[in-house]
Amino acid sequence: AQNVPNSDWEKKVTEYFKEKLKENNATNWVPSLNDVPVHYLKPNSLVKFRCMVQDMFDPEFYMGVYETVDPNTNARVLHFGKYRDVAECGNFSWYSSLIFLQEIDLNSSQTVTSERQTFYCVPVPGESAWVKEISFLTELVLFVLNPQFYAYISASQARVSPSTSYTPSRHKRSYEEDEDMDLHPSKQKEQHIGSGGDIHGCVEPKRLETEASAGHHLISPNCSPPLDLNFPLPGEKGPACLVKVYESWDSFKVNDVLEVYGILSVDPVLSIVNNEERDSSALDPMECMDTAEEQRVHSPPASLVPRIHVILAQKLQHINPLLPACLNEEESKTFVSNFMSELSPVRAELLGFLTHALLGDSLAAEYLILHLISTVYARRDVLPLGKFTVNLSGCPRNSIFTEHIYRIIQQLVPASYRLQMTIENMNHSRFIPHKDYAANRLVSGVLQLASNTSLVVDETQLEQGQLDTTGVHNVTALGNLITWQKVDYDFSYHQMEFPCNINVLITSEGRSLLPSDCQVHLQPQIIPPNMEEYMNSLLTAVLPSVLNKFRIYLSLLRLLDYSISDEVTKAVEEDFVEMRKNDPESITADDLHRTLLVARFLSLSAGQTTLSRERWLRAKQLEALRKARLQQQKCVNGNEL
Amino acid sequence: TAIPLDFDISSPLTYGTPSSRVEGTPRSGVRGTPVRQRPDLGSVRKARQVDLHSDGLAEDVVATEQSLGQKLVIWGTDVNVASCKEKFQRFLQRFIDPLAKEDEDIGLDLNEPRYMQRLEEINVVGEPFLNVNCDHLRSFDENLYRQLICYPQEVIPTFDMAANEIFFDRYPDSILEHQIQVRPYNALKTRNMRSLNPEDIDQLITISGMVIRSSQLIPEMQEAFFKCQVCSFTTRVEIDRGRIAEPSVCKNCNTTHSMALIHNRSMFSDKQMIKLQESPEDMPAGQTPHTVVLFAHNDLVDKVQPGDRVNVTGIYRAVPIRVNPRVSNVKSVYKTHIDVIHYRKTDAKRLHGVDEETEQKIFTEERVEMLKELSKKPDIYERLSSALAPSIYEHEDIKKGILLQLFGGSRKDFTHTGRGNFRAEINILLCGDPGTSKSQLLQYVYNLVPRGQYTSGKGSSAVGLTAYVMKDPETRQLVLQTGALVLSDNGICCIDEFDKMNESTRSVLHEVMEQQTLSIAKAGIICQLNARTSILAAANPIESQWNPRKTTIENIQLPHTLLSRFDLIFLMLDPRDEAYDRRLARHLVSLYYQSEEKMEEEYMDMAVLRDYIAYARSYVNPRLSEEASQALIEAYVDMRKIGSGRGMVSAYPRQLESLIRLAEAHAKVRFSEKVETTDVEEAKRLHREALKQSATDPRTGIVDISILTTGMSTTARKRKEELAQALRKLIQSKGKTPALKYQQLFDDLRAQSDTAVTKEMFEEALRALADEDFLTVTGKTVRLL
Repeated sequence: AQNVPNSDWEKKVTEYFKEKLKENNATNWVPSLNDVPVHYLKPNSLVKFRCMVQDMFDPEFYMGVYETVDPNTNARVLHFGKYRDVAECGNFSWYSSLIFLQEIDLNSSQTVTSERQTFYCVPVPGESAWVKEISFLTELVLFVLNPQFYAYISASQARVSPSTSYTPSRHKRSYEEDEDMDLHPSKQKEQHIGSGGDIHGCVEPKRLETEASAGHHLISPNCSPPLDLNFPLPGEKGPACLVKVYESWDSFKVNDVLEVYGILSVDPVLSIVNNEERDSSALDPMECMDTAEEQRVHSPPASLVPRIHVILAQKLQHINPLLPACLNEEESKTFVSNFMSELSPVRAELLGFLTHALLGDSLAAEYLILHLISTVYARRDVLPLGKFTVNLSGCPRNSIFTEHIYRIIQQLVPASYRLQMTIENMNHSRFIPHKDYAANRLVSGVLQLASNTSLVVDETQLEQGQLDTTGVHNVTALGNLITWQKVDYDFSYHQMEFPCNINVLITSEGRSLLPSDCQVHLQPQIIPPNMEEYMNSLLTAVLPSVLNKFRIYLSLLRLLDYSISDEVTKAVEEDFVEMRKNDPESITADDLHRTLLVARFLSLSAGQTTLSRERWLRAKQLEALRKARLQQQKCVNGNEL
Repeated sequence: TAIPLDFDISSPLTYGTPSSRVEGTPRSGVRGTPVRQRPDLGSVRKARQVDLHSDGLAEDVVATEQSLGQKLVIWGTDVNVASCKEKFQRFLQRFIDPLAKEDEDIGLDLNEPRYMQRLEEINVVGEPFLNVNCDHLRSFDENLYRQLICYPQEVIPTFDMAANEIFFDRYPDSILEHQIQVRPYNALKTRNMRSLNPEDIDQLITISGMVIRSSQLIPEMQEAFFKCQVCSFTTRVEIDRGRIAEPSVCKNCNTTHSMALIHNRSMFSDKQMIKLQESPEDMPAGQTPHTVVLFAHNDLVDKVQPGDRVNVTGIYRAVPIRVNPRVSNVKSVYKTHIDVIHYRKTDAKRLHGVDEETEQKIFTEERVEMLKELSKKPDIYERLSSALAPSIYEHEDIKKGILLQLFGGSRKDFTHTGRGNFRAEINILLCGDPGTSKSQLLQYVYNLVPRGQYTSGKGSSAVGLTAYVMKDPETRQLVLQTGALVLSDNGICCIDEFDKMNESTRSVLHEVMEQQTLSIAKAGIICQLNARTSILAAANPIESQWNPRKTTIENIQLPHTLLSRFDLIFLMLDPRDEAYDRRLARHLVSLYYQSEEKMEEEYMDMAVLRDYIAYARSYVNPRLSEEASQALIEAYVDMRKIGSGRGMVSAYPRQLESLIRLAEAHAKVRFSEKVETTDVEEAKRLHREALKQSATDPRTGIVDISILTTGMSTTARKRKEELAQALRKLIQSKGKTPALKYQQLFDDLRAQSDTAVTKEMFEEALRALADEDFLTVTGKTVRLL
């Protein structure tokens, strides 16, 4: 790259890649950092990464164009600095096969300083295992082309955990398999998707390996205390990444889910530069402007936190790999209309499945479906519209029921987390993200979640006890999240409000202490003698293809538009007035709010985008049933007392 | 600092003419006053002057200098030292702007050259710093201003030179610690940290933000002192861009590598690293704040503390990460920082009173035009109130009340007559059934105003509301942390669940709501902070539902002393009315299907509303007109009259004050400098409306202000007295019995009375009689005295 810079060049790059990636599933050919450990990926190659923006660092000025001087010949050469972490000054000569060291002329008039933004990205928190597996399998096509990647696949197929000691001999050993796959790649793929059980065999070792390699780096002498990768949820795995964005970074926000395509940079020099800086900082006051802590966080070893220089980045509407990424395109429209045509059997099946899961309670199952497709679709000044927090009361205490309910939800939605509300947990975990000024980063908390994550709060675990200050703050934050769909991040001198869109399901014995939009009291019809067995058999009984349909169903219906005709508006109005006349005490504006919500999700769950009179009546009916149950429950409790 | 005073001047830019320096008669004046290096400008480069007419380098230079005679410019710039100096001197000598008011202007004659008076001040006070407002410079000489912004490193020393020449010309006998340094501030180049970009490098910028960290003091070498190990020859080497060029050969004895650094003869200056974070107001939603590193030098070290909000003027720098000769590849990233030239704290003043001007939002002319246009609309009051929290249905009067609260009354100062400040803030209490969107209204207001604070009565303690003393873990220094009430000074403090607040916390509010100050005496810190905050509180009834048969006080169980400090108390009840239900239903249904864009079309933008309020608050300060005063007096007299007919007081001076505030706020809504009778009318109406809701005696149906001021309606008090008298008669009728059974007496009274007597009423009557020293109650017996 020795031309004089022109901005066209930069535009052409993104356009070229955009075009290329459109061609026949090219996106699947790009290896993903989510699936492949970093050390199997070729440095400076194109990779993709599905991630959530956890933190935004300060903008960075870099040498967009710089000039090097050969100390011997005084020859000057211009270089581009974009998409790179390191300014190269070595110039490889083809004639002599020697590398000539050159020096960067920092005072050159040709130097162009440019700006880029760094995001600290983590894998989508709480991403379900099935999302990982399916998106991994759709990429299996890859290994036809990429021998390195193939080596990794075959290694993990052979159930070896190579960690860092990967050698080419393994590549050879699995050559036969290679050919086999080569011949029927699509068949192989189907097989994997088809058989849910098998998947684990092939993915599990990979994960172990990621862990192992991460662990390996953690104890390397370079950074003695282990670096906290700052995942929002405890126990998360996967690579964190510094994503460098070159254009329109203002359009991205914290907690956005992105898919980025870019150049992987794991140059070991990055770590060396670090050390140099640390050594010299004692001498040079200009460079001690960052604390050691900040250094560690902002430039961690590249092997642990790789860098991606973004060429293309897009915000994802959803992370369900079974759905086309963008629903507005022609292709996806046919997909949507095909699926919509067979919607009602899917809904019936899902309802049946959930009814079984909820021990035969079909009303609760109905409400659970409504809850799962709810999403905040607008905000009216401070009021979030479309949130539908369900409090499932009447759950048996101290049983594995709630745990299994979560496992089922986990199988259905792309991202979820189970929050066990114990005194211990409330007092000691970090819910609210807060700014650590020493390290200059946003320390994540459990409530830093991407949009449309299912948060299952298990209140059956709660015992009597004392909440301390943290506990009170945590409970308040959880309450605010439910009521206003926002979390106030703690910046110690002030708080900052981050809107969110999280589906909260609260399982509790009695009425939850947290606010909720609607309380459904569970009335089990069946009491299985062995809960564990019952629940397990439920999951194994459902066909993977059916399970996939459920997944598509729940993700797709969230994205539909909805309207109410004038006619129905009138009818609803009349109805409300009528109800108020009959019973002004118990019917309030809140009830109307709730019934309208139920009607909305009821219509959508049947694939209808407008409210019909029948749906409205059905919504009212559901509400009446639900309320009757609560009333009944009150009476029962009253008698017991 | 470690600067020796008798240090010989080797800087290439010494101030004063070279000839005068050579003479060096040790007198005062320019010659006697030492130069102090300015590390804030970076190492003063050897400013090469370039002749524009010479060949070769001429094309490198932007030739904008008008005069052909002045051909010498500093290399890389268009700055001609001589003309620049002359222009700045002219500026100092002539700049007069009687309109430019600033908070530091105490004791300045605005009709005289401002900066000459400043120089005089320097002569008297002896602080050798001259702060120059760039805005003044800009209005005086646009080109000079541009040069200052673009080439601060070259221009500021020139300014120093100019200032010193004038100063020592006028006050030749003045002795200063060092020569005067010019500190420009308020450069308009950049206001927001987010808009900093590579083009701002090496330019003079002003940004605002909050200090989040400050480092310890760093001694930075300014000049290195080397001594030859062989012949003891000494030499000094200046720092050039953070580096020292170590002399490899001794100039005296020609020995190589014999020069050794002598630390304690080298010169150091103080330096401090400070992290500044974007102010929360400047940030786009959903992003994390940016930070920027500042370097403060010499006396600017330790001038700011973490938590301070400051405006910083300085030079933006980008330093390449050090190139290491051993590693061929280097990081291609620069580190950026700002060398601080001037600090201006914004919130220190806020705590000490005086001024609002520094916080003023800058409005563009078009925006002001638009707002003024808007204010001329006849229905602006209704428009604004309907734009307030559109998702909350109806409750128009409450919204109007809150709107007036947002505008606030005019601030009046009566300190010289000994009455102190009059409260200009309007306090509002909303009571009502749970689930009537009170919280939502509070949330809305909190999101609307820039200095809003939101707390819940349940969770807040007195400490959280006021201020507390914290030990900084790093410096071990005690820091006063301010709570919600102080933070919302000049803003609105929204307190939800007001009724759940505990007694001690509530007591704090007494002072705040009337005196608008907060007194703190804690850990040796005794101070009074301003808390000129409006309070918007929401309270739920003690019983889960509002009991219409009880008074407001009985319903929410708040002390009347606190209630009387609220200007307006509204009830938010669920109206039982078919037409209302119908409208509500339509409104709610529309919420559930309208797209966001459509909603926005219908209502006034929140941003417009915010700007409108901000503009009115800072620029409009209405005064009462003659007619309006008359109308107010009449209104007050009328209110008093209503009660006097029934033998009760129906209005207190507090109510009059409330009326005045409301009328002023209403005038502000119209951007009017005068309070007219229409404003008074609306104030009266709103006040009456609120009273009707909150101060109606449920037993008689009459509006009775004493419910709020004394906690009991006049009729209730009358009834209480009557009962006490009845009891006295009853006891007296029993003849001379020294003691009576409690229960017996209660039953007798009940039997005798024609209205129902509750136990509480009975006990109250007993207490009343006990107060009259008629009887005492001990346990279950009542003894006569």
